[in-house]
Amino acid sequence: MTLDLEMAEIAKVFFQESREGLDVMESGLLTLGTTADAESINTIFRAAHSIKGGSATFGFAEVAGFTHGVETLLDEMRNGVRAVTAEAIQTLLQSCDCLREMIAATEAELPLDQGRIASLNSDIAHILGERPQVATAPAKAPAASAEPTAAAPAAGASGWRIVFEPAADLLRLRNEPTRMFTELARLGAVVVRADASRVPLLDALDPEACYLSWDIEISGQIPRAQIDEVFDWVDSQWRAEPIPAGNSAAAVPAQLDPPPEARPVSVERSPAVAAPAAQKASPDSGSIRVATEKLDNIINLVGELLITQSMLCGFADGIDPNELDRLRQGLSQLARNTRELQESVMQIRMLPISFAFNRFPRIVHDLSRKLNKRVELKLTGENTELDKTVLEKISDPLVHLVRNALDHGLETPERRSAAGKHETGTIELGAFHEGGNIIIEVRDDGAGLNKAKILQKARERGLVAPDQELTDEQIDNLIFMPGFSTADQVSDVSGRGVGMDVVRRNINDLGGHVQISSKEGHGSTIRIRLPLTLAILDGQLVRVGKEIYIFSLLAIVETIQVSKDRVNTLVGRSEVFRLRDEYLPIVKLCDQFGIEPDSRRAEDGLLVVIESDGKRAGVLVDDLLAQQQVVIKSLESNFKPVAGVAGATILGDGTVALIIDVPDLIRSMGKLGGGEVTAHAA
Amino acid sequence: MSTATSASGADKSATETSEQYLTFMLAGEEYGVDILRVQEIKGWDKVTRIPHTPDYVLGVINLRGAVVPILDLRRRFGLEAIAFGPTTVVIVMRVGSGRDERTVGVVVDAVSEVYNVETANTKPPPDVCGSVDTVFVKALATIEEKMLILLDIDRLIGNSITNELVPGVAAA
Repeated sequence: MTLDLEMAEIAKVFFQESREGLDVMESGLLTLGTTADAESINTIFRAAHSIKGGSATFGFAEVAGFTHGVETLLDEMRNGVRAVTAEAIQTLLQSCDCLREMIAATEAELPLDQGRIASLNSDIAHILGERPQVATAPAKAPAASAEPTAAAPAAGASGWRIVFEPAADLLRLRNEPTRMFTELARLGAVVVRADASRVPLLDALDPEACYLSWDIEISGQIPRAQIDEVFDWVDSQWRAEPIPAGNSAAAVPAQLDPPPEARPVSVERSPAVAAPAAQKASPDSGSIRVATEKLDNIINLVGELLITQSMLCGFADGIDPNELDRLRQGLSQLARNTRELQESVMQIRMLPISFAFNRFPRIVHDLSRKLNKRVELKLTGENTELDKTVLEKISDPLVHLVRNALDHGLETPERRSAAGKHETGTIELGAFHEGGNIIIEVRDDGAGLNKAKILQKARERGLVAPDQELTDEQIDNLIFMPGFSTADQVSDVSGRGVGMDVVRRNINDLGGHVQISSKEGHGSTIRIRLPLTLAILDGQLVRVGKEIYIFSLLAIVETIQVSKDRVNTLVGRSEVFRLRDEYLPIVKLCDQFGIEPDSRRAEDGLLVVIESDGKRAGVLVDDLLAQQQVVIKSLESNFKPVAGVAGATILGDGTVALIIDVPDLIRSMGKLGGGEVTAHAA
Repeated sequence: MSTATSASGADKSATETSEQYLTFMLAGEEYGVDILRVQEIKGWDKVTRIPHTPDYVLGVINLRGAVVPILDLRRRFGLEAIAFGPTTVVIVMRVGSGRDERTVGVVVDAVSEVYNVETANTKPPPDVCGSVDTVFVKALATIEEKMLILLDIDRLIGNSITNELVPGVAAA
């Protein structure tokens, strides 16, 4: 399918909107299972209708054809002719998937999966029952499917009376009423009367506006859908009612040539049901689409502004304060403005977490059917906002956690009732803000973690020493160890033992933290703590020798001063220290980074206890400096990734300081055993 | 980061037969870089060191909000390091293209001149070329009876940053 450039641009918008429409359909369908109210069916119907209209306009006949079948089914549901059954919902959901693939294939100009389309078409036809051809026939040739499809005309109506009162911008929107009338005339004998009473005096007349309205009578056994088709683009500006038999006024042919004769066409449904009037095509979501690149530029600029401001502040501190009071005032205002500006700019990148949550009703729906479990999914805090990048990266880990909760956490209905619980399990997915972080919780009321089994498996695999005593919390968190799975059977849902460790690594890489708590028989809660954004970091500045480094506050557990008697050496050189009941390795940044510190002795400096991947270590620094928000700058853009360094930032005095990559530091510690690194620069 | 791209790019921007080169001094030798690659020349200032990098990577500086690495060309070429003096400058250049474009500063002893170099006056480097690894030499040119060493800056910097395996020639 080749389109010229402009069309391709518009088609792109269509594809995008179709995808959004499909999302609307899907979420609507999922709620239908519980509440089949007219409004939600209408919403689904409208989405399907727009996709059909759009695809027909762009000449994607197959998409339009397929959607038509779906629409027919939805239309019958909407009018109460067809009951909303679980089977129908399932078929419609599959149709959504199929449509999504068709749209993707059309966009990529790939061939469509005809087999799947045909099988779903026949499914829909099957549900529609009596006349499978109705579902597909008009689709082949939309608009003008004049060929009779069924013989017996339904009694009751001999035509339609249509009142068409277009909005003033009808012509400006490139709608051509005469073309519509010609179209109608093809369906049956048409009488059109124009109402010119609203035409104003010449001096008040807008030559581009439409002041006319029309009263149309069309005779013949015409299905409502065909009339809908004609008025497709002027939704809600017209209404139609059937003319009872024997009362037809199709007498004088008006401006338009009458068609040869009225044709017998099958009536799809009772024409007595009028289309719901005045429905908006789609609710305005109140959002705009902005290229991420542009936003990133603004964010960089604002970051620089912040740097300038702190530079100015440092400058003002050195001068006579009496004379410079006003300068100081101005500066503090500048500081406030910059911060506000930065916050509001950052907001542009923020998206509600519902973007990630929206996939879950469907995932849970499909998975619970597959596993024969009964699940109720509760979503809370969907409007909690977080950075787009974080959002994108957290989606997959969340899917994994929810699948796990369903597969491992929740029991079968039989087991649940045996345990005295409600047959339907609950999975709660919630998000909220806490401090500068976002907390996401995945909670289930299932069986909880089997601590004895976890401990046994961990010992079998040598992850825990045979005589090691662990707290309940430590046992629960063993499931995040690489290669750990307690599932008795590996299923295609989960249980291969890859997963939880990857989940934790992904979260750590985002600068976040994950924890599980569980009570046997009562379920588990997984708690993810994430920074709101990857562009700014709450940092702790530390000094080693003459260098300043920055740790993310999220990664710091605590900072302590140790006495000499709590520091021991292992195998000669590696040092460990005792923190309450734990021995933690000491990482010396001076050795890691090849710099000259004030002192190499742990008791002279401070130990910053950091945590990642469930491992902890104490990093020896000479001094703790300020805590401040820093703008993260990439080292890669002009240089390359450096081991142990997550990025750089620019301090108030204009110098560059490096941000420590805590997960990487801890990982490299594992590889080198004990944190002793001899690799100096050069 | 091939020689071919940089050469063709320069051909288009300069006249057919001559190209402009900024020259600088390094241990008594005069080197030239394509002037279109030079963004600015600034004085030497303190850098922030970066761990796990070779010694010729001096560190990074803040160049109007961008974090820019600074390389020491003497050390890169395996020449004897000297204390930075009043003429020591940092030449900030743009190297690579497209997604690989980087802004990098190199420390040299002093800047010298801007020359128009006739393409006809350049010769390919001989196999042995003093103290500089010949891989980074694009051509030799003769100007006012002096020899200029024209550097392939994309290759030199790209190599220095991404692939440290190509060793500098041992100190002369």
